[in-house]
Amino acid sequence: MAKRIDVSGLSAYYGSFRAIEDISMTVEPRSVTAFIGPSGCGKSTFLRTLNRMHEVTPGGRVEGKVMLDDENLYGAGVDPVSVRREVGMVFQRPNPFPTMSVYDNVAAGLKLNGSYKKSQLDDIVEKSLKGANLWNEVKDRLNKPGSGLSGGQQQRLCIARAIAVEPKVLLMDEPCSALDPISTLAIEDLIGELKERFTIVIVTHNMQQAARVSDRTAFFNLAAVGQPGKLIEIDDTERIFSNPSVQATEDYISGRFG
Amino acid sequence: MSTLVQHPSSLQGARLPKWSPWAIAVGSVAVSIGLCVATGIESKIQWGLIAALLFVFGTYFIAAGVEGKRQAKDRIATSMVWVAFIIAVVPLASLVWETVKRGSKVLDGYFLSHSMGVVSDTEPGGGIYAAIIGTLEQVGIATLIAVPIGVLTAIYLVEYGRGHLARAVTFFVDVMTGIPSIVAGLFILSLLLIFDMSFSGFAGALALAILMMPVVVRSTEEMLKLVPNELREASLALGVPKWRTILKVVLPTALGGITTGVMLAVARIAGETAPVLLLVFGNPFINNNPFEGAQASLPLYIYQQYANSAGSEAAYDRAWAAALTLIAFVMILNLAARGIARWKSPKTGR
Amino acid sequence: MDITTKNIQTPPPPPQPTVAERKRNARGATRPGDRVFLGLARGSGIFLLVIMAAIAVFLTWRAAVAISKDEGNFLTTFEWNTAGTEPVFGIAVLAYGTIISSIIAMVIAVPVAVAIALFLTHYAPRKLSGPIAYVIDLLAAVPSIVYGLWGALILVPHMDGLFGWLNDYFSWTGIFDWEGGAPRSMLTVGILLAIMILPIITNVSREVFKQVPQMHEEAALALGATRWEVIRMAVLPFGRSGVISASMLGLGRALGETMAVATVLSPDFLIHGSLLNPGGGTFAQNIASKFGEADEFGRDALIASGLVLFVITLLVNGAARAIIARRKEYSGANA
Repeated sequence: MAKRIDVSGLSAYYGSFRAIEDISMTVEPRSVTAFIGPSGCGKSTFLRTLNRMHEVTPGGRVEGKVMLDDENLYGAGVDPVSVRREVGMVFQRPNPFPTMSVYDNVAAGLKLNGSYKKSQLDDIVEKSLKGANLWNEVKDRLNKPGSGLSGGQQQRLCIARAIAVEPKVLLMDEPCSALDPISTLAIEDLIGELKERFTIVIVTHNMQQAARVSDRTAFFNLAAVGQPGKLIEIDDTERIFSNPSVQATEDYISGRFG
Repeated sequence: MSTLVQHPSSLQGARLPKWSPWAIAVGSVAVSIGLCVATGIESKIQWGLIAALLFVFGTYFIAAGVEGKRQAKDRIATSMVWVAFIIAVVPLASLVWETVKRGSKVLDGYFLSHSMGVVSDTEPGGGIYAAIIGTLEQVGIATLIAVPIGVLTAIYLVEYGRGHLARAVTFFVDVMTGIPSIVAGLFILSLLLIFDMSFSGFAGALALAILMMPVVVRSTEEMLKLVPNELREASLALGVPKWRTILKVVLPTALGGITTGVMLAVARIAGETAPVLLLVFGNPFINNNPFEGAQASLPLYIYQQYANSAGSEAAYDRAWAAALTLIAFVMILNLAARGIARWKSPKTGR
Repeated sequence: MDITTKNIQTPPPPPQPTVAERKRNARGATRPGDRVFLGLARGSGIFLLVIMAAIAVFLTWRAAVAISKDEGNFLTTFEWNTAGTEPVFGIAVLAYGTIISSIIAMVIAVPVAVAIALFLTHYAPRKLSGPIAYVIDLLAAVPSIVYGLWGALILVPHMDGLFGWLNDYFSWTGIFDWEGGAPRSMLTVGILLAIMILPIITNVSREVFKQVPQMHEEAALALGATRWEVIRMAVLPFGRSGVISASMLGLGRALGETMAVATVLSPDFLIHGSLLNPGGGTFAQNIASKFGEADEFGRDALIASGLVLFVITLLVNGAARAIIARRKEYSGANA
């Protein structure tokens, strides 16, 4: 059920400022694709165009095409709400709903989309928490507030919440940057498991992380501050880190800039 | 239908066109007018209510039919929010509009520079000179009392305040903020009764000062808290005593904000009627001495022109004109205060 | 460091402060200037406490004098007659009127204010919401006597239609039964109070809704929530206690409002089942209306009723503070 993403000629704007320019790429289903690049190169902006979250920002607008299998996310008459149901997202800082319990957090997305029986809901919540490797840690405190968990647990709770609605694609915007190394390891292991079921796109600042978790890596860069960010190259992770075809990629990876 | 609203395979739900809210709005207004004319309902309020109801329910059922329940709920929320906004704007706009329209009828130089004197309440003529004098004196005295005490209390709370006393003061400042103005008036009245004194502008000013103090304390406190600690430490590190640090460094930095707070507090008490009614009593003649005898006051003048005139148009005109004067005074204070706040904020902020 | 110290302290060169002195200076309470200044600041704070205590003491004292001479029951008598040798007065009607008018005001104002606050933060075009918020802020400063004048001369005549309509269709409920008097009734008072407190509640709610962290709203959006669902999942739960305390603030204003009620209501000393028939009264309105002709004892009686109003507003404000305090703890736990 994971789907392929095909981006062609995509540019994103904040008001009149063009943040990313003319990006085309393919994201394979059942794989992990990592976006790397220096700060401000537009990789997070690009990620947010993949589930139409970019236009939530005041002044945000997008040109170009994003095909999810055979449907254009930006086609006429497409409802951004249905897009976001198909393409889930995990954010940089864990953001469980503070007023909801662990259980309600996971069930939040399900409750939007119709009525489930209590037993059905219980099953899905358990399955999702297990899927996020969190079940054993929270099964005794499902009715406690989600904000009482540790940072790493909160982030896995957010992942459970995202996968509970069975999206086709999971976008992760620097999911580990606010976490300690042990929590980070847990999330990375989880990503490895999740790619069996979902198409995963992850933005990361940490190149070791990209090398560890991803199958394919895309490198973004910008010519200068104030210039739009561009996709420099996308290739198998192994190639990118051992033998990239563009000099700038090698400079960045070997730490010569950025 | 109940478990999944849109087809899982498709991102495209059926959508109403962008112009549909307007179309539904126009449609419901037309239907309500037709309905009301047909059934002979005359009240415009009812026309509006029926149109609003038609709009809300029309939107819901049309959207539920075409787009599904969730979208319909979203649309109904949107339309309710808009309707609530429009319903609320009508009376507030009417308030401003009527005051300006009716108030400008008799508001002129003569009105501002003459008092009621022997002019009967039901006849045209007279003006608000005595009332303006009274209000300025009462508010002025109240400000002179409340500002030093309020600012000093705020300094105590921010710069010195620890322990039980500071906590008690903070708590009771909160309590004081909620005192109804008429209760403050009654308190001073009880003092007048006990010490067998009579009405005066000063008594009114005392009650106004009680209402003003907590407002000044609160706003000054906020402003002092914004002054960065580094400034205080820099000054203390130079060997400047704490009290001079507060006077020469902290207060000047926060001065813009404190001024804003004081002006807003003045604007608030300038319109207080109830304590003035109990303590100043009103006076058609000019009494420049706030410490002796009944005085006039602008908000009280409005009330008395309204209440004592038995429906005379001349008195109503005077009441509206006085109301316009009062609103203008309060608004100018407010706008000036906000102006100062905006102008000063980059320097004090962060 | 040396240079600046010299700048301040010369001339003449003072004796070098001892270490102990320096220490005390750093604490800042031993120089005469510091002592005087601290004394003034602390004295002002204490003065505020004294005023609060005095308000309670003097009001209670005068009220006790009045109530001890009351020939009726202060709590249950439906009468206010303080002039004769056998004064009879009670607050039952006033308490009922104050509470009923405030309830009407809250029922109308709170949902509308929340809707306007949502409108300004989540629905209105951004170019529109800034100026509108500014204007609503200004409207909160309009003196209540102006609302009263507007209510008496503009709103009252416009209520006929609504009253007639309510009477036609809902008189069977009892509370919307209209005998055709001027619409200077509790419903009109409640509506006017609602209009009056609307700007305050709107402003505070708007501030609260603006503080909802972007990340909570994005979390809801990313799950595929519509705008209304985002508000229900992320905005309203976060803002609930803020809205409650804003409402309490408005309620405090409505309970103690004097002039707007005094101008609009045509009072009597009965409890009316219908909200449409004129009559009844509120604490503040009764004080303002009866004060003119009251003798000294009459004033004491009014003070007694004022004391009850004082206690009620204290309770309401206390509840609001408690809610705000809880909210602080709660948001701290999440930070």
